[in-house]
Amino acid sequence: MSKATTSALPARFTDWFAARGWAPRAHQLALLQHAQAGEDALLIAPTGAGKTLAGFLPSLVELSQQKSNVPEGPGLHTLYISPLKALAVDVARNLEIPAAEMKLRLRIETRTGDTSASKRQRQRRDPPQILLTTPEQLALLLASPDSLTLFSSLRRVVLDELHALVTSKRGDLLALGLAHLRTLAPAMRATGLSATVRDADELRRWLVARPEMAALVTAPPGAPADLSILDTRERLPWSGHGGGHAVREVYEQIRQAKTALVFVNTRAQAEAIFQQLWQINDDNLPIALHHGSLDAGQRRRVEEAMAQGQLRAVVCTSTLDLGIDWGAVDLVINLGAPKGASRLAQRIGRANHRLDESSRAILVPSNRFEVLECRAAIEAAREGAQDTPPARSGALDVLCQHILGMACAAPFDAQELFTEIRSAEPYADLDRAMFDAALAFVANGGYALKTYDRFAKIKRTKDGLWRVANGKIAQSYRMNVGTIVESEMLKVRLVQGRPAKPRATAPSSPAYTGPLRRGGRVLGEIEEYFLETLAPGDTFLFGGEILALQGIVEDEALVTRARSDAPKVPSYAGGKFPLSTYLAARVRRMLADPKSWVHLPEQVRDWLELQGQRSQLPRANDLLVETFPRGGRYYLVAYPFEGRLAHQTLGMLLTRRMERMGLKPQGFVASDYALAVWCLADVGTRLTKNMASLNDLFAQDMLGDDLEEWLQESALMKRTFRQCAVISGLIERRFPGKEKSGRHVTISTDLVYDVLRRHEPDHILLRAAREDAHSGLLDLARLADMLARVQGHLIHKDLERVSPLAVPILLEIGREPVYGEAQDDILAEAAAMLIQEAGA
Amino acid sequence: MIIGNGLEIKVAGEACMADPSGALWLAPLRTLIVSDLHFEKGSSLARRGVMIPPYDTLATLIRLKRVIDHYDPARVIALGDSFHDRDGAQRLSASDHERLSDLQTGREWIWITGNHDRTPPQGLAGQSRDEFRLGALLLRHEPQQGVSPGEIAGHLHPVARVVTPRGSLRRRCFVSDGARCILPAFGAYAGGLNLRDQAFAGLFPDRSPQAHVLGRDRIYSVAHEQCYAD
Repeated sequence: MSKATTSALPARFTDWFAARGWAPRAHQLALLQHAQAGEDALLIAPTGAGKTLAGFLPSLVELSQQKSNVPEGPGLHTLYISPLKALAVDVARNLEIPAAEMKLRLRIETRTGDTSASKRQRQRRDPPQILLTTPEQLALLLASPDSLTLFSSLRRVVLDELHALVTSKRGDLLALGLAHLRTLAPAMRATGLSATVRDADELRRWLVARPEMAALVTAPPGAPADLSILDTRERLPWSGHGGGHAVREVYEQIRQAKTALVFVNTRAQAEAIFQQLWQINDDNLPIALHHGSLDAGQRRRVEEAMAQGQLRAVVCTSTLDLGIDWGAVDLVINLGAPKGASRLAQRIGRANHRLDESSRAILVPSNRFEVLECRAAIEAAREGAQDTPPARSGALDVLCQHILGMACAAPFDAQELFTEIRSAEPYADLDRAMFDAALAFVANGGYALKTYDRFAKIKRTKDGLWRVANGKIAQSYRMNVGTIVESEMLKVRLVQGRPAKPRATAPSSPAYTGPLRRGGRVLGEIEEYFLETLAPGDTFLFGGEILALQGIVEDEALVTRARSDAPKVPSYAGGKFPLSTYLAARVRRMLADPKSWVHLPEQVRDWLELQGQRSQLPRANDLLVETFPRGGRYYLVAYPFEGRLAHQTLGMLLTRRMERMGLKPQGFVASDYALAVWCLADVGTRLTKNMASLNDLFAQDMLGDDLEEWLQESALMKRTFRQCAVISGLIERRFPGKEKSGRHVTISTDLVYDVLRRHEPDHILLRAAREDAHSGLLDLARLADMLARVQGHLIHKDLERVSPLAVPILLEIGREPVYGEAQDDILAEAAAMLIQEAGA
Repeated sequence: MIIGNGLEIKVAGEACMADPSGALWLAPLRTLIVSDLHFEKGSSLARRGVMIPPYDTLATLIRLKRVIDHYDPARVIALGDSFHDRDGAQRLSASDHERLSDLQTGREWIWITGNHDRTPPQGLAGQSRDEFRLGALLLRHEPQQGVSPGEIAGHLHPVARVVTPRGSLRRRCFVSDGARCILPAFGAYAGGLNLRDQAFAGLFPDRSPQAHVLGRDRIYSVAHEQCYAD
């Protein structure tokens, strides 16, 4: 390390490093130099590289050199933004240590949803020098009338876990906030802290106003991870995602480790594995459960128990992908498919937060296809390949929310705000017409029919500035800020069961679930649309136990403990990521290249070889389509490997088209790898005799009228629209004091969607919903890419019976929801039951 | 939606046609009944800063026109909550006002008062009544507790949640036990109340009613037991 670089560090700091027996790391000093040169910077570093200290070092150095007795108070110097409030609190705690040891006289405070109203007020009046908070809190601060006085002294912003923030609407909101901070505090410089990403330049642009790019500092990578695939002694399942076959082996691994994190992909799976681990937990190891549906208090307790080293394992979902450092974790088990190389890398990094030691991770595929995916992910991890999602363009609903927030802060000039917004990377391509549409939406709904002008939420002043119409609107903004829209959630409340049966002694009763097992309390929350699939009496796993739904009263699902052995396992959504494009391509290449199979388990190799004999293996750039009869139906199975969402959309569109061709499709099922449609007509023969054409079936124009027609009625589209309606501020999340009103009183966004679609199809909110659908639940972008790729590369195999590769997807039938044009058929079926009853 | 493809049901012995649009057609009396139109709900919410699309009145009127064009009734009875609030009629746009007036022309029009519109709409044709008797039928907005033979009411916005192994649906419906009938809401922004809700419990004390569910093209009759709570 050269003299020039260390000289940036004052003696007080070099002494402190020395006293601790540390030396400042090169990337920590590099970041300091960029800060001292007045530059924005992005630090890319693996976990354990002292990233947080690197981010704060420039602030601490600068603050240590400030004169301490400024009469009006020193003002806010550094703002730290984290995606998790727990992380903000933890970082604040960790920052206190060097600050205290170096005797730096400064105030470090956090501001989250949990901060008391009085403290928040005081923070605005008399801010600390370093404030640690979340994107939502930043938006709230920026929307307050004293934002200019609060932020004018700001010198630095530190954005933690930037790679995770920028991929969502939260990132859009933060980008807009950052752009406004640059206006309020021109001297402010931003520092981003990120894990390794696919394209660092995207983040470098994100941090600053166009056309600039933040400086880049890259820390050396840590020791290579110790990765393996669990070599199961059990028979590998053909399908399913439970991973139940390997529970005993997973338990053995937990027993041998100090502390293990067991990652799974869905909450349902977390519930199931947790349950199964406890069934064999003969040593009573403290194993806990953590996922997004559980009561927040319960989650905090698990996190604290983990931090204190009281647990041997936590079964968790992506809720623990990010988070505070737990030094004790020495093993990560990823159960099920990794879904993406970068996601896996992130999870692996949760073990062993020390740079010089390998993190240890074991991948446990839950079926044969997942073996291929795990293999691809491990190879990607060894190469350091990344597949973080590409930079997004800013969402329109978030834009609307931000415009209202800006009006709440101070009257604004439209042109100035437009310029500021375009300086935020996600909105760099926003055109004035769209900005004006957003502005009009905020003002009066932006409808072609101008009847709401007199109720406008923001109005123009005499000098042409836009200001918020009244305090109520500003209050409503504050209540509704943020971009995280929960699905309609119902609280799950445990009530006394029917007294008839004796209370079970619950033989599988886990030792560490103390807080879960009291009566009459709320266990957590669950999506309303999941409960819609249940009838009273149906059982499901939740919070590690089997519950029976008793009924729904207002916003609560009342449940009792059930004694059923076979719960109807919930498929409640959340955390089900589609297979990344990158891994999919790798899996396709692997399938096409038998030489690469040497690393695969024998069972899988045999399976693939059999596929080669019976049908053929999909080649990397082809789309293999198999047809075969089975049980009186005719199947068509395609292997696009584009992820479940894109396959579901494809299934919807394909069945419409097959219907028109007279193939009489009856339903379909989609997995991450394949799509199976079953028909009453002999689709295979029709294709071989050229009575139907595969090219027509998979033609790109299905994304035209067919798509539009389907979207009209699509429940996915309505759900997407609802999110946009909430984020944009069209409807409120909650009315103060009105939470108790029955659900039928609130306006249904489904009805609004139907009316708007018919009467103003080009409205900004429908555009926002369509854009979301393209990248979100329908994954249209990916489907479009796939259809383009396979044109002229469609391979048809007409078979006499099901192929080995098709077995897994056929087994999903009955396990996964079957799609089709149900709707009125459901009514017809229910009506038929009545007729039967009447006839009997 | 296929208007006219209704289902004949008997209410207190009178033949009624439950239309998939949510209207009830009394052919012998050439009378059409629609309930809970909730005109101007959009602008009512807009006054409180909830700027939902201002096309609800138009959407409801277009549907109503299709029904009226089909049946050509001599009499139309709006069964209360025709306007979302007292000032609703004044907020009608000129074109919607004209559309509504056109529908009223050449036929008798009865506005039954509702809890949202206790006073008759101003500046519109039609008579205002609290109740209206038609043979064995008694028409009012809010159903009365207990047995009430011949009562045709609205107010509750019934919807049925139908669950079969194929999935679940929540749709507007008529609710009737043959003695009385609750109409679904007709208005574009009118929400729904599950017929399993407590509010329905006192109305059919003796026997379970059937749900006549509005399908896309026709009405489906579903047994009460087949309908689930939300």
